[in-house]
Amino acid sequence: MDIKDINSTPEVYEIDQETQDAITIDRAKGDFRFPEKHKFDAGYGLNADTIDYISNVKKEKDWIREFRYKALDVFESKPMPTNWATDDLNNIDFDAIRYYLSDGERPKRSWDDVPEDVKETFERLGIPEQERAFLAGVEAQFDSEAAYSNVKEDLEKQGVIFVNSTEGLREHEEIFRPFFGKVIPTGDNKFSALNSAVFSGGSFIYIPKGVKLKQPLQAYFRINSENFGQFERTLIIADEGSEVMYMEGCTAPQFETSTLHSAVVELVALKGAKIQYVTVQNWSSNVFNLVTKRGLAHEDAEIRWIDCNIGSRLTMKYPGVVMKGEGARGEVISIALANNGQEQDTGAKMIHAADNTTSNVVSKSISVGEGVSTYRGQVHIPKHLKGCKNNTECDALLINSNSRTDTYPAITVRGNQHVTQHEASVSQVSEEMLFYMQQRGIDEGAAMSLAVNGFINDLVREFPMEYSVELKRLIDLEMEGSVG
Amino acid sequence: MITLELPSITAEQPNVLSDAPQWFADAQKAAWQAYLDTPAPARTDEGWRFGDRKQADFSEFISAAFAESGDVDVEIDGLEETAGQFIFANDSLVHAEADLPEGVICLPLEDALQQHSDLVKKYFMKEESKLGSAKFAALHKANVSSGLFVYVPKNIEIAKPIEVYHILAGDNTAIFPHTLIITEDNAKVTVVDYFKSATPESLGLSIAVNDLVAGPSSKLNYVAIQDLNLSSKMVQLNNTTVAKDANAKGFIVNVGGSWVRNEAISQLNGAGCNSDMLSLNIPTGTQEYDQRTFQHHAASHAFSDLLYKNTLFGKGKTTFSGIIAVDEGAHFTDAYQTCRNLMMEDTTEAHSMPGLQINADQVKCSHGSTSAAISDEEIFYLQARGIHPKKARQLIARGFSVEVVERLENEALEELVLSYVDAKFATVA
Repeated sequence: MDIKDINSTPEVYEIDQETQDAITIDRAKGDFRFPEKHKFDAGYGLNADTIDYISNVKKEKDWIREFRYKALDVFESKPMPTNWATDDLNNIDFDAIRYYLSDGERPKRSWDDVPEDVKETFERLGIPEQERAFLAGVEAQFDSEAAYSNVKEDLEKQGVIFVNSTEGLREHEEIFRPFFGKVIPTGDNKFSALNSAVFSGGSFIYIPKGVKLKQPLQAYFRINSENFGQFERTLIIADEGSEVMYMEGCTAPQFETSTLHSAVVELVALKGAKIQYVTVQNWSSNVFNLVTKRGLAHEDAEIRWIDCNIGSRLTMKYPGVVMKGEGARGEVISIALANNGQEQDTGAKMIHAADNTTSNVVSKSISVGEGVSTYRGQVHIPKHLKGCKNNTECDALLINSNSRTDTYPAITVRGNQHVTQHEASVSQVSEEMLFYMQQRGIDEGAAMSLAVNGFINDLVREFPMEYSVELKRLIDLEMEGSVG
Repeated sequence: MITLELPSITAEQPNVLSDAPQWFADAQKAAWQAYLDTPAPARTDEGWRFGDRKQADFSEFISAAFAESGDVDVEIDGLEETAGQFIFANDSLVHAEADLPEGVICLPLEDALQQHSDLVKKYFMKEESKLGSAKFAALHKANVSSGLFVYVPKNIEIAKPIEVYHILAGDNTAIFPHTLIITEDNAKVTVVDYFKSATPESLGLSIAVNDLVAGPSSKLNYVAIQDLNLSSKMVQLNNTTVAKDANAKGFIVNVGGSWVRNEAISQLNGAGCNSDMLSLNIPTGTQEYDQRTFQHHAASHAFSDLLYKNTLFGKGKTTFSGIIAVDEGAHFTDAYQTCRNLMMEDTTEAHSMPGLQINADQVKCSHGSTSAAISDEEIFYLQARGIHPKKARQLIARGFSVEVVERLENEALEELVLSYVDAKFATVA
């Protein structure tokens, strides 16, 4: 087997061998790749032919092809949002990206049928093991298409649908089409238009009335090929009174050139439904991660985005909730860690479109070295409503003297029957705190890790157990060698 | 009545002050070119997010300096005790009296340009306007013909405030009031600017600039009371620079005007310096107040505190956008920013964008923004003590404003500001 391991852990601290081993193995966990063997490759660059290619491979209906064409026009007509966002966006070369790569196989129901190299990829990332342990369903996407997709049998019998986007639109058009592209219209922003033009893969999920999933569904997104853009599309519909937790993870090997990941995720929670969407984003540090995520919450429904961004070169992601029905709730819990060379531009959008809706945003960011973390938020309470409440808290922690953090909230309130509050603070790990711990025999690096984990502890608890353990470890690793 | 022969302020290069020094004439010429070259605010300008760009079309205005202002008659009822009082009507000095310590220069800008050309040149509009109105700063610079220049030399303290009235008269007229205050080491001064209309209905425009330069260990207090009639527009651009151990305090009161845009920049340049940025806004009817602020910490160990409070009635609308920027190396910064909106009616609208840009660690920075109405519990509490609900709401709204007013820490000034607050509340009661 030809596996390229690229391991470049910088040695800064004297750490014992055991710890070193743990770090070395772990940090390299996502950093390997298999040789490419694609049956379908749409080639470099993006034009109408690319769309025809993708649509032909997927044997899509005409309305989807039209949807893609229209989106391409919108994408081309929209300028880069550099009037408010970073100029780094201009470094994306859309002509140097491959928009569709797949081996032409249908997703497998059993890990035994998944091609050896793909299976090994996901085994190294621990996916099959997790599925056996605690998941209700898993989808694993390798470049443009899902390699594996399975949901527990009893759930399938209850009517739970968990498929990729191609299958979702083909086999269950009557369920998904009414909501497809409705929560996030094509023209929402340049990157949602790009995704709408070339989307492939992702999860389409339908949870029938009253079905409450006790275990989470999971999707794992993997980029294996260089100069490849991943554009998965996810649509989750939770019917009345149902409940679901969905988790996504993502990794890519460290390529020499930068890669683009631009997803669109739409959630629809019908009356009284509850959706929790958990993301642990750990792309390698040359991935542009430009993602549009939004949920539509009907009457008494609840949508929670639990979001953690550790990887990528530039992440721009502002999960939103449109509270359309009375009593709907929206929440964004966000952790971002920006290390050297990284920019985590994250935030939340809360649109209150009905009476007595409540939203909550808690964001914590950590900037290490020259890392830049930014919070951008929007809270919107239009006229003629009453009893809307929003609470926003953003806290930033700066580790080094040249670390940077920005906060840009925007709050619009019309009328006198609402309550909004926004608070933000910036702080650092105090010398006293480190000194105190060092006095008790904890070395400086470990003390820093403890302090940082303390800072985000209350948010980490919101993640499912298996993730929160992983998260703490990841943050420990990222913090190694950051003191001084 | 529009006098058609007169050119719009946006169409033609204005006549410069005929006897101004050459550098000033050159600066005005360059400013006119800059005005023409700078594009108008666009939809994608972050500095105009939620802002009403249509309001920033000033083509219907003519310069008040050319307009027939007639006899301007405005009631002057400011402070009882002042160190000086200056009244400008349509940018011409109509009244001046002052009792100031020796060495203090306190002159209309046109006289200061004659007598202290180098000193004016050193400080005149040195800072860049970066919050969205660079075009209008250039328009002001090209048109400015008067205003007050105050220079307080080392170790001189002026105890009583200096009052300056800017009266806007006539239809479709525009004034360009300029206030430039410099305090040298250990000096102290307080200046109060009033912006008023001569008549209750005429449509006017004031594009004002006030620049405050606080030297080391000096104290500079500035209060702007904007009480134009409900048809008039105002753009007010402020730049405050604060040196080591100096204290600068800026207070903006907005009760008048149909549309007002304030931009305030505080630049903290030395250790131990302090900038207070305060504002009180009470929009009623269809009034819109659009305020942008910037607290720039260029030096370490500096302190800045911003508190803007808005009490909104009717279809009143406020927009607040603030940034605290901490430069690399500006450690031990203490910076705070708070914007609070009290929504008195269901038709009001408030936008808040409190922002932070932090490039250094070891800083204490926070911002907070709230928008809410008076809670029923509060009204109930006062009702239980025999106070009518309507009166209770007034009391609470006044109390809400008083928190900012008290930050003036000067009884006479506090009373003055509260008199405008009360007068405004009386119009909606």
